[in-house]
Amino acid sequence: MKKNSNNIFRKIADKAYEYGFVSNIKTDIIDRGLNESVIRLISQKKNEPEWMLEFRLQAYKYWETLEMPTWPHLNIPPIDYQAISYYADPLKKNKEKQNREIDPELMKTFDKLGIPLEERLALSNTAVDAVMDSVSVKTTFKEELKEKGIIFCSMSEAIQEYPDLVRKYIGSVVNYRDNFFAALNSAVFSDGSFVYIPKGVRCPMELSTYFRINAANTGQFERTLIVADDNSYVSYLEGCTAPMRDENQLHAAIVEIVVCDNAEVKYSTVQNWYPGDAQGRGGVYNFVTKRGDCRGINSKLSWTQVETGSAITWKYPGCILRGDNSQGEFYSVALTNNFQQADTGTKMIHLGRNTRSTIISKGISAGKSRNSYRGLVRVSKDAVNARNYSQCDSLLLGDKCGAHTFPYMDIHNDSAIIEHEATTSKISEDQLFYCSQRGIATEEAIGLIVNGYAKEVLNKLPMEFAIEAQKLLSVSLEGSVG
Amino acid sequence: MDNLIEIKNLHATIDGKEILKGINLTIKPGEVHAIMGPNGSGKSTLSNVLVGHPAYTVTEGEVIYKGKNLLDMPAEQRSHEGIFLSFQYPVEIAGVSMTNFMRAAINAKREYHGEPTMSAGDFLKMMREKRALVNLDSKLANRSVNEGFSGGEKKRNEIFQMAMLEPTLSILDETDSGLDIDALRIVAEGVNKLKNENTSTLVITHYQRLLDYIKPDIVHVLYNGQIVKTAGPELALELEERGYDWIKNENPA
Repeated sequence: MKKNSNNIFRKIADKAYEYGFVSNIKTDIIDRGLNESVIRLISQKKNEPEWMLEFRLQAYKYWETLEMPTWPHLNIPPIDYQAISYYADPLKKNKEKQNREIDPELMKTFDKLGIPLEERLALSNTAVDAVMDSVSVKTTFKEELKEKGIIFCSMSEAIQEYPDLVRKYIGSVVNYRDNFFAALNSAVFSDGSFVYIPKGVRCPMELSTYFRINAANTGQFERTLIVADDNSYVSYLEGCTAPMRDENQLHAAIVEIVVCDNAEVKYSTVQNWYPGDAQGRGGVYNFVTKRGDCRGINSKLSWTQVETGSAITWKYPGCILRGDNSQGEFYSVALTNNFQQADTGTKMIHLGRNTRSTIISKGISAGKSRNSYRGLVRVSKDAVNARNYSQCDSLLLGDKCGAHTFPYMDIHNDSAIIEHEATTSKISEDQLFYCSQRGIATEEAIGLIVNGYAKEVLNKLPMEFAIEAQKLLSVSLEGSVG
Repeated sequence: MDNLIEIKNLHATIDGKEILKGINLTIKPGEVHAIMGPNGSGKSTLSNVLVGHPAYTVTEGEVIYKGKNLLDMPAEQRSHEGIFLSFQYPVEIAGVSMTNFMRAAINAKREYHGEPTMSAGDFLKMMREKRALVNLDSKLANRSVNEGFSGGEKKRNEIFQMAMLEPTLSILDETDSGLDIDALRIVAEGVNKLKNENTSTLVITHYQRLLDYIKPDIVHVLYNGQIVKTAGPELALELEERGYDWIKNENPA
């Protein structure tokens, strides 16, 4: 009966990547290469204060002393950091520098991506910061939010308008010395979003940033900083896409989140960078450092990620549970198909008393892909009554893909209660045949099974995005069976 | 339309080994046929070939179903055209609720026939009615497909799905295996309630027992990949009494 097992899962075809188009937008791209004068140029283009330039230069000097780490379970071709352009600006410049004009083509691009930048057309109850290449092109609903004291703007604007706030928090969660890509990002970061929710304010709408790479041979190095002051709440979502290109593109971002007393932040990601073609050509390298610091008592941070894109995904959104009674959550679905690779998971660092963390990770591997969960749970010696629950599931489609789990536990307090569960399952030919006998065609059956498997995580996303993510999971597996 | 299905000189192999060696069988609307035979005679192969299991290769012969060439149709199309197999070993699908599973199945069939999607209300009402036919607990319908079901529950769940999909030709592959006498009766009653003059049933079984409840019009004996004997219901009783050895002796391999 097993004769056709290889047959059913045999064909690795091009999957439909519907965001793979290139927009023809006049873009100001600086020369390729990385050196001190490039960093000065970026800082100058953004009209930054001296302290920001110093921050960048310090990071650059440190980065120069580093080698790219090799510990992940990934096969990364050498990256030539001198072959990348570190700044691409798709905005036209008028004579007066202040009044930058948005190319209609650019507006069209975001329309096509389903992210209309005109507020009247916007997704219901969602404010968007749209970033293309190195620049934030527009932020919607800024004024409405401002009435409540909420700051939601591009990082470049924040450095100009709210330098004290930025200076206070930037690098305070992810230090430039944190890792190779954190140092690189700190040196060359271009744009990203800045969010500040004042004390006692519940943000009335979803905030989201949409990242789009358009220009060729460029990297995207954005930096996002979210500060939730005492007793505040915000739900934030990021989405990402890129054109289909034969060469790889580097995306090395930093996300820092500060959560104060009794505040709560939900951070959701639907990552759909171009994953490369069926032969493994092209695709984005998504090497990202994301971390939140639950500084306040009773603070709460929840990461939800749906990762379907990128040729290589390498990231561990984590929580530092510093405040007493603080809570960290990580819900992840990582899907890899064809030749995609993912090494992703989380870090939960328990420092305060009575801190709790939950980790639910669902890996889905198809084609010849490689999918690893790597997670750290650390309980420091003062973290009395820490609790962690981890569940890491892997689902395999076919017999040419790989799933791996690397859980690390580093426990220094005897009162900790740590639970870890892991399962591995496979979609079998028998299951697919059972479905087709009931009239459900194979691709639909796979969508049904995968979405059932990922349901627990998808339910954590804001409603509209959950529906999008469901479709995305099915589309990303198209062609994974013959 | 005289015949619902006409199987002519059907040969089939798995892993290069010939299992079916020229099956001829015709079923008319409203008829119940039973296929009996010793282990390894090809009973399950026949049912799998009819529903288009990809592991089997048809090497010769043809199957005309509702006047169309059945062997040209992919498995899901055969389902849409009204062929249903009650599996000997129903498959578990974790994470997919019976409700979502059945809704996908029903809507796929409706789409094939150019009908609009069923409303959630109508669908749930239909689920309730059909569940009652086989005394299937509402809790089971909310669980994942066959996951954690007992042997008897799995078989009842098969008949429940049959009730939902309203097939024209139902193939029951060893539906009696692993059932105690009460479960057997519930399953058989369900099958009987679903029968009408337009639908046909092909019952595949080792034992006469199931045929006490689902009365066949015609009984065939399958041996060594061929139908070697065809008669009325009395043949099943004779087999029960005499075993299969005399068949084997009459048909040396």
